[in-house]
Amino acid sequence: MKIDWAAIGSVFGVSLGATVALVVLFTLGVGGLARRERAAAQGGSAGLAVTGAYLCFAACAAAVGYGILLIVSKS
Amino acid sequence: MENFSLILAIVVVTALAFDFTNGFHDTANAMATTISTGALKPKVAVAMSAALNLVGAFLSVEVANTISKGLVDETGIRPEVIFAALVGAILWNLLTWLVGLPSSSSHALMGGLIGATVASAGFGAVHGDVLVTKVLLPAVAAPVVAGLAAMLSTRLSYGVAKDTEAAATRKGFRAGQVASAGLVSLAHGTNDAQKTMGVITLALIAGGVISPGSNPPTWVILSAGLAIALGTYIGGWRIIRTMGTGLTDLSTRQGFAAQTSAATAILASSHLGFSLSTTHVVSGSVMGAGLGRKGGVVRWSTATRMTVAWVLTLPAAALVGAGAEKVTGLGDWGTALVAVFLVAASFGIWKLSRREVVDSTNVIAPPTAGEPAGVVTTAMAAVVRPPAGPAAADSPGSPGSGFPEQATGPVTARSTAAKPPAATV
Repeated sequence: MKIDWAAIGSVFGVSLGATVALVVLFTLGVGGLARRERAAAQGGSAGLAVTGAYLCFAACAAAVGYGILLIVSKS
Repeated sequence: MENFSLILAIVVVTALAFDFTNGFHDTANAMATTISTGALKPKVAVAMSAALNLVGAFLSVEVANTISKGLVDETGIRPEVIFAALVGAILWNLLTWLVGLPSSSSHALMGGLIGATVASAGFGAVHGDVLVTKVLLPAVAAPVVAGLAAMLSTRLSYGVAKDTEAAATRKGFRAGQVASAGLVSLAHGTNDAQKTMGVITLALIAGGVISPGSNPPTWVILSAGLAIALGTYIGGWRIIRTMGTGLTDLSTRQGFAAQTSAATAILASSHLGFSLSTTHVVSGSVMGAGLGRKGGVVRWSTATRMTVAWVLTLPAAALVGAGAEKVTGLGDWGTALVAVFLVAASFGIWKLSRREVVDSTNVIAPPTAGEPAGVVTTAMAAVVRPPAGPAAADSPGSPGSGFPEQATGPVTARSTAAKPPAATV
């Protein structure tokens, strides 16, 4: 019997890395939008934060797209 | 579709029935936290999950092929064996649904298949090493991988942005959670609908309708996709309740982290050829996300009962499968007997479930505060001796609900684990 430790290890590493990266990115994006909300309430603007936020969301969307690609390309 | 014998037709119908139970058993995986955090309304959530499962069923046939080629020796498998396997898998799925415990439908299916094969052809026909590397090891690895990822990312997320009050934060995480739950549904469709396709294909090969090594025919893909979507839409509300509110309490942020971790782990594992059970992954990630927040708790009593169900799944389904195979071996009337038994038992379980209906209206808010613990304790008692319905339902409910969780959990677990055969009678 041969246990494929390399496969387990890579699933572990990839899952951990990708999840943490995605969640942190998304959190930063959401944080940027929240900053805009605060700034708007005080009559200011937060252009940089909002741009950053959309960049973060774009990266997340790209990751989801890659996930769907992985599902489709198996066939 | 020529040469379609009666037994083959029965197998196909039973396989689709299994697919249906698989769908409603696993709705919880994608949608439990989405529903419990309020990101989507219950009905909307299951409809979305159903649609994505259907789409997912059409995306690939990879998983179907690993089922129909690999775990058991396909030469010498008769359709009756597959029928017996499905009976074991369906009954275990319904039983765990009745008690509201998430358990792996794939394990149930494989357990049934292994039991029926052993009863039919002996232990030699099961590939033991495949069993360990493809089934047992992933079952242990899945919750650990997904749980750690969810815990770490939840912790980091709360560290990066502490602002939990802003409307933008809530709305943002809600959207993120819906998206990641959608991805889990899609991945589930590609994995689980395919398992049924694999089984039907295996039966068709065994029955000599199609040649060995073929891909599933289109009508098989279509009907399997529809069956799982329908099951998903009906919704296993009992399991959704356990998964969404029974294990831990989640905010949308934690729900988002849990679903993202689940989706990532499922995709990574199936892409790297080390397939993990969706149920195990999601349960792990939900607990991880619960632990990730400062002051978060996991109800270990529920988690323990769930683990017991996981451990029992394979042997229980195997025993039922083996028993069913022995009876079908008696001849056509034996097969008929098993079919009647399956229908009667399914109806009986459904009847029992009507005693305390869980549906979209009460899935998040149980009627009383002490209810969840009581329900599960009662349910576990019902697993130990299913026929004693009324007695089981009355007695053990109250002691469980009043005690601290940790105190009752292990005891229940041990008493159940001590007599696994009883669970299958």
